[in-house]
Amino acid sequence: MKVLLLMYQDERAMQKMSREDFGRIYGAFQAYVEALNKAGVLLGNHGLQPTAQAKSVRKDAVLDGPFAETKEQLAGYFLLEVPDMEAALGWAKRVPTAQWGTVEVRPVWT
Amino acid sequence: MGHGRGAARLDVKETAEGVARRSYGKLVAVLAARTRDVAGAEDALAEAFAAALADWPKSGVPRAPEAWLLTVARRRMIDAARRRRTSEESADVVQLLSEVEAQPEIPDERLRLMFACAHPAIDAAVRAPLILQGVLGFDAATIASAFLVAPATMSQRLVRAKNRIRQAGIPFRVPGRDELAERLDAVLEAIYAIFAEGWADPAGTQAQTRGLAEEAIWLGRLVASLLPEEPEVLGLLALMLHAEARRAARRDAQGEFVPLDEQDPRRWDHALIDEAEAVLGAAGQMNRPGRFQLEAAVQSAHAARRGAGRTEWTAIVALYDALLSLTGSIVVAINRAVALAEINGPAAGLKALDGLDDDRLSQYQPFWAARAALLSRLGRRAEAAQAYERAIGLEADPAVRRYLQRRSSG
Amino acid sequence: MQYLLLIYTNEDAMLSAPKEASSQTLAAYAAYTEAIKKSGAWVASHRLRPTSEATTVRNPNGKKNVLNGPFAETKEQLAGFYLIEVPDLDAALSWAARCPGAAHGSIEVRPIWTM
Repeated sequence: MKVLLLMYQDERAMQKMSREDFGRIYGAFQAYVEALNKAGVLLGNHGLQPTAQAKSVRKDAVLDGPFAETKEQLAGYFLLEVPDMEAALGWAKRVPTAQWGTVEVRPVWT
Repeated sequence: MGHGRGAARLDVKETAEGVARRSYGKLVAVLAARTRDVAGAEDALAEAFAAALADWPKSGVPRAPEAWLLTVARRRMIDAARRRRTSEESADVVQLLSEVEAQPEIPDERLRLMFACAHPAIDAAVRAPLILQGVLGFDAATIASAFLVAPATMSQRLVRAKNRIRQAGIPFRVPGRDELAERLDAVLEAIYAIFAEGWADPAGTQAQTRGLAEEAIWLGRLVASLLPEEPEVLGLLALMLHAEARRAARRDAQGEFVPLDEQDPRRWDHALIDEAEAVLGAAGQMNRPGRFQLEAAVQSAHAARRGAGRTEWTAIVALYDALLSLTGSIVVAINRAVALAEINGPAAGLKALDGLDDDRLSQYQPFWAARAALLSRLGRRAEAAQAYERAIGLEADPAVRRYLQRRSSG
Repeated sequence: MQYLLLIYTNEDAMLSAPKEASSQTLAAYAAYTEAIKKSGAWVASHRLRPTSEATTVRNPNGKKNVLNGPFAETKEQLAGFYLIEVPDLDAALSWAARCPGAAHGSIEVRPIWTM
């Protein structure tokens, strides 16, 4: 089954990070992506630019910013091919973001 | 509602709003025309309106409210210039603004403002927004939504354009004889762009576009009153009036899309059609045909169905032939192909469509919608289905999507 | 430039919509996807199962925390996305406006980080 792992974090807090912390996190993500690739489960992943760059299109307006103000903002995603939800959750727990933010697991319609 | 401060404040607010509606553009134009500082004029005027709402409830509405606002705004502009610029530059501003006399009847310099907004040095995409803001007082966020642009982007574009006007010395004047036709066309295009956004929302379901068609017609009538000898101005006005006349007929009671050939002429606004015909007739007398007059004539031919009961497609094809040789527009070519099909059959129409060569066609919904209809009439069902798919995928209006879906499956 | 078009719609409204409306919406999405593909802008797109099937994972300080449901309660929920490659933001907004989800929800347009 295909699942989407959505990474949510407090952007403002992340932007205040030290260089060292940023380097550590970058390294952690690299390791995670490598693990996904070795396991052959990664279909795709992308990081998103901060919500300051977001626009929202509705029927009656084009707005600056994301669709809603939330305490944590969508920062990126992983799209995986896994045997079941248990496996998906196993991977979700290992996303570095889970330590300071939230990882949402969404099954994909096929 | 009783008397007293509450009522006084409401009256003042209504008067101020009335003045704003009627005169906002005139005041901006008069303040900006000499200094070329549109942004400065808008800011100063905003402060003047705020001052009015604070002062008039206490002192009463002045006999000449526009003159009052102009005086206050002019003073604010001078103050702002003194704060922001060198003494040399601000002396210039003071000098220029001193020429602005607060007469009871403010001179109408809106045409000069519109010609500045539509000047060749101004990016074509920002001309209509500039006119909406400077002449009609629209805010950037509303304009942005109307033109499918992000608000911050639209704000930036407007600021840049106004800077351009100020720094490049763009003149605030009605061009002379030799340039007028061309420069006027840019103004008319900008007004038509405003109309088009409003026309795309016939049911008025979207707040940001609901009044745009009316605003565009208002601008058209204004320019027609200020340049009565220009047939293309009348042509644009007639075109907009014809299109607006059919607004009520374009959606049924359930909000579903009704194409032109299925509309009930009894639901058309006949007063608007009559006005359009009178305006177009006046233009015709001047014997200087042009693009907008031809477009209006096509609309007139469609409107004739209200009397004749049928559409004169031969006349429409001839008009599109003339338009095509004048503009070479792909949109005109598509409409011509559809009209051609009515007199020479769908195969001829399809042949005309197939003959079009333009990269943008594959992304252009009306092209696919026209193709789908013609293929369908020729019984080429599989190809028609594909063309309908393309048209649906490119359409932003849910009502039109549903209509195409029904045509595709029916 | 790559943009992610995130489709936010009210799930309850979508679930309780009459059958005809739902199949029209699905057909509209199919046509929309085709149009993006034919234009060459399509990179990927996915429809997500409802948030009732979502699971949220938080792992602060080694304490694992797994809950049913989406990351936050919002009036509109993420229903799917399109990843597109287009020349600029204007083109991305143009596609966003055509997305069937725009009629009843929000299409959030996010530029992708490229390294």
